[in-house]
Amino acid sequence: MDASPSPDQLSFPAAWRHPHLLDLERLSAAEILAVLRTADQLKTMTEGCRRKVPLLTGKTCANLFFENSTRTRNSFSLAAKRLGADTVEFSSSGSSVAKGETFVDTAKTIEAMGVDWVVTRHSTPGTPHLLARELDCCVLNAGDGPHEHPTQGLLDMLTILQHRIGSDWKNDAADPEKVFAGMTVALVGDIAHSRTARSNLWGLRKLGAHVIICGPPTLVSHRWEELGFEVAHRLDEIVHRCDVLNLLRIQFERQKARPFPSVYEYAALYAMNGERLRHAKDDILIMAPGPINRGVEITPEVADGPHSVILEQVTNGIAVRMASLWLLANAKENADASAENLS
Amino acid sequence: MNDSTWVLDGGRLIDPANGIDRIARLVLHEGKVHSIDTPDGDLPPDAGRLDVSGKIVAPGLVDLATELREPGSEEDETIQTGSNAALAGGYTTVLCCSSTKPLMDSAASVQLVRQIAQRVDGVRVLPIACLSKGRQAEQMAELGILAAAGAAGFSDTPRPMPNDALLKRALDYCRMFDLPIFDRPEVPELADGGVMHDGQIGLILGLKGLPTEAEDLAVARDVRLAEATKGRLHVGPVSTMGSIDMIGRVKSRGIRISASVCPHNLFGSDELLRSYDSRYKVHPPMRSPSHVEALRNAVAEGVIDAIESGHMPRAQEKKANDLDLAPFGASALETTLAAIATDLVETKILNWSRAIECLSTAPARIAGVEGGTLSVGANADVTVIDPSNAWSVEAKEFRSRCHSSPMTGRTLSARVTHTLVGGRLKFELHPTAADAAS
Repeated sequence: MDASPSPDQLSFPAAWRHPHLLDLERLSAAEILAVLRTADQLKTMTEGCRRKVPLLTGKTCANLFFENSTRTRNSFSLAAKRLGADTVEFSSSGSSVAKGETFVDTAKTIEAMGVDWVVTRHSTPGTPHLLARELDCCVLNAGDGPHEHPTQGLLDMLTILQHRIGSDWKNDAADPEKVFAGMTVALVGDIAHSRTARSNLWGLRKLGAHVIICGPPTLVSHRWEELGFEVAHRLDEIVHRCDVLNLLRIQFERQKARPFPSVYEYAALYAMNGERLRHAKDDILIMAPGPINRGVEITPEVADGPHSVILEQVTNGIAVRMASLWLLANAKENADASAENLS
Repeated sequence: MNDSTWVLDGGRLIDPANGIDRIARLVLHEGKVHSIDTPDGDLPPDAGRLDVSGKIVAPGLVDLATELREPGSEEDETIQTGSNAALAGGYTTVLCCSSTKPLMDSAASVQLVRQIAQRVDGVRVLPIACLSKGRQAEQMAELGILAAAGAAGFSDTPRPMPNDALLKRALDYCRMFDLPIFDRPEVPELADGGVMHDGQIGLILGLKGLPTEAEDLAVARDVRLAEATKGRLHVGPVSTMGSIDMIGRVKSRGIRISASVCPHNLFGSDELLRSYDSRYKVHPPMRSPSHVEALRNAVAEGVIDAIESGHMPRAQEKKANDLDLAPFGASALETTLAAIATDLVETKILNWSRAIECLSTAPARIAGVEGGTLSVGANADVTVIDPSNAWSVEAKEFRSRCHSSPMTGRTLSARVTHTLVGGRLKFELHPTAADAAS
């Protein structure tokens, strides 16, 4: 077995300079690739996100979740722990938020306990951006309402890349941007309420992929076309053109009025099933950010079939979050150091 | 010196009601406009003198819809702080909405607001009473009794009136009092949960939208009911191209209806929400640039009659929140005139005379209240404006209790220097050290 690279082989990418990770819309292709490359290296270094590498020992990561989450929260916690950092958990239930404290005050209180990162999830778009303005530590957006979920977008892109150019980029002549250049990725489902969709569509476009946004018109605004994306309302009409299908969960909890007549009708029109898979390319990748509604967006035979990379996405989630924590902490230290030099 | 006799010398007198726009001397005496161009020999004795050369002398501004929040929500504003803000913004009369607790749906609550305003003795405060009992949009409030108690008009604003039949009945019924009804046009079901303009930016940000059709459908209903009843209806504030289109068409057919717009809708677009800053969570929402452009032109062409401040003060602890939780609202009385000078007069979309008409003469006419003119014998309600006094908006220096404003940080090009109500000098701008240095 090859020896894993040691921590000192990890070099800080010049392209990265942000102390916060708030959205992918405002990142460049070079910045996105810097995170993906670092994530890939850290995944190798930690033997598939299993082993500890003490890159961030002595630092503390606070999970500040104002909305329920199991997988993202655990993924961030594991990522911090794999790099040797401590974690502190905060959830809104039973907290002072219920007593009327504003979320900014709550975040400031947590920050005052001496944390280096605040990972935050909230039902309202823009809350991580407000925290980034108010707090001195690094802020990571773990989902802000239907706006963005940048680490989810990044882990989806990392999963695609690893399938198309192999996992070790250093010894590979393949150019990641060339991989995306000829690729068609469809985001299918509840686009209106999906932060995963918004992070994916900006990230994929920046890397050069052709993005199709597919779903019923009540969940897929025609305005996406004005923004230059292909909009489709029939999965059957696009499935043969797709290299990747990302099946987004119907977010019943965010819908005030039901945007389609029944779940049965939705599944009939949009569920990825064995029949639709027969019309797809041989090497199509089937992705889902989870949790998945089996039988609604995806049938079990497809979810558990050979094209599905759903569980790899989960592992890559830890890799991308390790990379994010490491990049942000280093960018902040660099910025603080140069500010000190100036003063 | 006689406190109620003033000679304003050397200013540019603008009185749109009388077609006056020239340098002239204005004399106020015993609470009324005494004379214009008065020879030195005819001046009342002991008059106070104001040298207003280089400044504009205009009839006091009139606001069609101000929220003063007292009684009930004094953390947002009181009649005292709202009055101070109004005077500093050049307003001499404000129509005050029923966003009080208790609501102004009884004679007693209307009288209470009038009494507090009398005690404050600042800006003239005219209550707009509730149109529906308890603002429930089910049955008419006791409009006749409210009128007798001093209501200047009726409205459920800041809520829209969702009940078509009730609005029609009220428009009919109100004709016997000759008092206006004000509707804030919005179909609640289409606007439910919305935070910002429903457009490309909202789609990108994932924020729930307030679609233009929510306003357009309500305006369509309003103009048809105004036509059908021949009642006295004012729609406002409007913010969409669709509204302008419909109002323009019915006006050209001679239907009696009036419309107003807020300064924030004449200034910025929904792009500002990219900051996620709740000071841009205002109602009507900041729309896309094409709506802003159309609204500016509609004011110039007279399709929109008046500019209302949109003063909806909310306490800082309420505004300092995420965009879903923070309430709509902003402090606007102290910046409205300056914003209009900057966004519409400086840019040559309006001349000063039309700007004064929109801020004073037209609102007074729409509401059917005194003011809005410097005719001899009119109330001596006068605003003096320095048209070339650039200042930077610092909301924390507002006299209003609300320090949230979409105008914060802007440099505005004109400033109110004096406000006189009934011939008494109620506000005078004292130059700060910073002003003097610049």
